[in-house]
Amino acid sequence: MKYTAPQTDMRFVLFDVFEATALYAALPGGEQHGRELIEAILEEGAKFCEQVLAPTNAIGDSEGCHYDQASQSVTTPKAFREAYDRFVEGGWTGLCGDPAYGGQGMPESVGYVFKEMIESANVAWGTYPLLSAGAVDALTHHGEQWQREVFIPRILSGDWTGTMCLTEPHCGSDLGLLRTRAEPTADGSYRISGTKIFITAGDHDLSKNIVHLVLARLPDAPAGTRGISMFIVPKYQVARDGSVGERNPVAAGSIEHKMGLKGSATCVMNFDGAEGFMIGQPNRGLAAMFTMMNTARLGVGVQGLGLIEVSHQNALAYAKDRLQMRSLSGPKRPDKPADPIIVHPDVRRMLMTQKACAEAGRALCIYSALQVDLVSRHPDASVRQRADELLSFLTPISKAMLTELAIECTSHGVQILGGHGYIHEWGLEQFLRDARITSIYEGTTQIQALDLLGRKIMGQQAVGLRHFLGEIGSFCTAQAANAVIAPWVTSVARHAQDWEVLTREIGTRAAQNAEEIGAAAVDYLFYSGYVSFAYLLAREAEAVTRASYTGTAEFRDAKLATVGFYFDRLLPRTLTHAAGVRAGAASLTTAVEAALV
Amino acid sequence: MKILVGLKRVVDYTVRVQVKPDGSGVAIDGAKMSVNPFDEIALEEALRLREAGKASEVVVVSIGVAACMQQIDTGLAMGANRGILVKTEGAIQPLTAARVFAKLCAKEQPDLVILGKQAIDDDANQTAQMLAALLDQPQATFASKVEVDGNVARVTREVDAGLETLEVDLPAVLSVDLRLNTPRFIKLPDIMKAKSKPRETIELASLGIESGDHLATTQHAPPPKRQKGVIVKDVPELIAALKAKGLL
Ligand SMILES: Cc1cc2nc3c(=O)[nH]c(=O)nc-3n(C[C@H](O)[C@H](O)[C@H](O)COP(=O)(O)OP(=O)(O)OC[C@H]3O[C@@H](n4cnc5c(N)ncnc54)[C@H](O)[C@@H]3O)c2cc1C
Repeated sequence: MKYTAPQTDMRFVLFDVFEATALYAALPGGEQHGRELIEAILEEGAKFCEQVLAPTNAIGDSEGCHYDQASQSVTTPKAFREAYDRFVEGGWTGLCGDPAYGGQGMPESVGYVFKEMIESANVAWGTYPLLSAGAVDALTHHGEQWQREVFIPRILSGDWTGTMCLTEPHCGSDLGLLRTRAEPTADGSYRISGTKIFITAGDHDLSKNIVHLVLARLPDAPAGTRGISMFIVPKYQVARDGSVGERNPVAAGSIEHKMGLKGSATCVMNFDGAEGFMIGQPNRGLAAMFTMMNTARLGVGVQGLGLIEVSHQNALAYAKDRLQMRSLSGPKRPDKPADPIIVHPDVRRMLMTQKACAEAGRALCIYSALQVDLVSRHPDASVRQRADELLSFLTPISKAMLTELAIECTSHGVQILGGHGYIHEWGLEQFLRDARITSIYEGTTQIQALDLLGRKIMGQQAVGLRHFLGEIGSFCTAQAANAVIAPWVTSVARHAQDWEVLTREIGTRAAQNAEEIGAAAVDYLFYSGYVSFAYLLAREAEAVTRASYTGTAEFRDAKLATVGFYFDRLLPRTLTHAAGVRAGAASLTTAVEAALV
Repeated sequence: MKILVGLKRVVDYTVRVQVKPDGSGVAIDGAKMSVNPFDEIALEEALRLREAGKASEVVVVSIGVAACMQQIDTGLAMGANRGILVKTEGAIQPLTAARVFAKLCAKEQPDLVILGKQAIDDDANQTAQMLAALLDQPQATFASKVEVDGNVARVTREVDAGLETLEVDLPAVLSVDLRLNTPRFIKLPDIMKAKSKPRETIELASLGIESGDHLATTQHAPPPKRQKGVIVKDVPELIAALKAKGLL
């Protein structure tokens, strides 16, 4: 497996399409975040991912994690430890962290670009830093001062890592069912008891301490989601003065044997009266978890994106090399016994599907990540609020689209290599296996779709959608006279209108029958995703055809070809999804009762 | 001891450079630019000498357009103490570069100048040799190992016949080969810190040097496409074919 970070496209999206430097300049301290500095950072980050991390990907898959019963501890693949040490040494763990706690204070959107490289190079390894970032987020927003001061610097330095402990054996999507208990003690701390399962990075040998963020119930807590509180529970006890003490009674009981993501430790965690501290308010734990949900979910979307990109790169190289059959229009390489398979139209369809999804997906991730920067740093409250509404709306779309497309696109990667794609050594099947989990954890696609349609559209009067449609409308109006991209702009405008109509139709039907939401949700999410992609790609097409465009002709031509492919071949998928939405709930509820016996 | 290192801004090695259709040059507008890989090795060696206590200061120099400051930033992030940009819009050919370094040497009085043996854009492999001649200092080129001992540098060179070891008195000019070392990964905090390290910009003209082209380029053309081969049955047929083409 080979990986080269697509830095040209990353820079293009960040700086040319979304003009990130102008946006940063409006944030406090953001004037230091100039283009050259960010490019230098991404260049070094790319070197780390390409040269240090990517070579550990296949090793991690073969070696996996190991559990030792006697010590109840987990070891990760040896190469993972070495890569993690170099990651820490390079200072990368603190990239977006608060400088007050030893971070480098770079914008989150820069962090997301770097994350994409990590996920392409080694998605299993990437789960360890990803969970740490989640822990820092929760502490930043909800931690007391001593908690922030004691924990954040050590997580940012990479000495300690984090986890998120939500899932229990009987409680996955439905967190209201969770049972883990928290008993208050006289000194203000809590004793946490219960069993969590599927805990990523629950135990491992990369860091000196592990900080678990645990959802649990207080003794007098009401049932359901309104009775959940959040606690911080370190593997080794940590006092308020920051000193590290005894081993806390929290340990891995076993690890799971999985389809993919094998280098990432997925642990059963047993809490036997472990010392913990409450983060945030009693019974408000789920709300606290939700503030970090946007970033964690975007993070999983980026895993999907990274996998699409790396699968594409490897499939493309193979398709140029592998000689089978002749082109239908006559030999393209008469000097060879056959033509390279890249001449065949359907091989191109698969390659271009990957490429278009990666490029549109990158735009969606970066666009969303820029909203994260606005939400967390912009001085003007109304700007923050708008960005927050936009972000909450785009997050489920981004997460579900990119992970579902990752499964499709990494499967194309296997297909392009034919039988060799199915063989372990080529690495393409690993991408598919690794991709499969992304549409499940951090909220399944179904849960994302319900979040989008139930909460963000119906529950919030579609405020995020209205912001987004407003922006699309302004773009289409501004570009109405731009002949080069006219057909695409017209198509985006038409789809945006239909999106609004479709949304209203569901609203009307849902008022009669609540099942309509569940029946429409996933199709509605995909519809939204494909239209969002179309808008973002039209913006990219506009950016390469501007008079002020400074990139190469080669890049421009490739971009326009990709955008053209998307509008011809992928955007029409909206027809199916709109039909699915309009078919109504009957075919998924009453009408199929007899079939599912 | 002070060491001067040259960092040339070149098209990144991953970019596939195309000849412009009209043959007037190569299309590199908007292409990714980097530090010449040989120069990174030169800087790495200088930094190692400083870390080993043999040198006290490493100064990086780039010659060219204002954007060369990016390459100086890279050098400062790797660990150089300060940077000098000699600014010009004109083309820089080896003799011009050597003259610039000679002027800077007069001012900076370095004990060692370490340059890449060639730049991956024009592959000239001339600057270090010309500079040594201009300074009338010893030179040791294509270094694959460098040891500094007091006023002497012991340099192992890669030559056609194998390895050759030279001792040169300092001050001297070295050019480095690929196998000398592996340049370090730059640490994130060092990229941030580089911004506050001292750097200066000097106009080329102020050194009394004209950028002047010593070479005139008449045309650019891509290498000819490989012709379709023929398979010959045996050696006599091969010889006949070579003779027919006038190659034997
Ligand atoms: C490798 C791995 C790592 C993980 N890491 C973590 C971690 O670090 N921390 C953590 O807390 N958890 C983690 N998880 C758990 C993961 O988040 C859950 O598995 C996931 O949320 C789904 O829960 P579940 O498995 O109980 O499935 P269920 O909730 O039982 O869902 C089963 C199926 O029903 C569907 N479904 C459920 N409700 C609805 C509905 N209302 N409408 C439509 N469909 C519905 C789901 O989409 C799914 O298809 C991890 C899991 C794995 C496999």
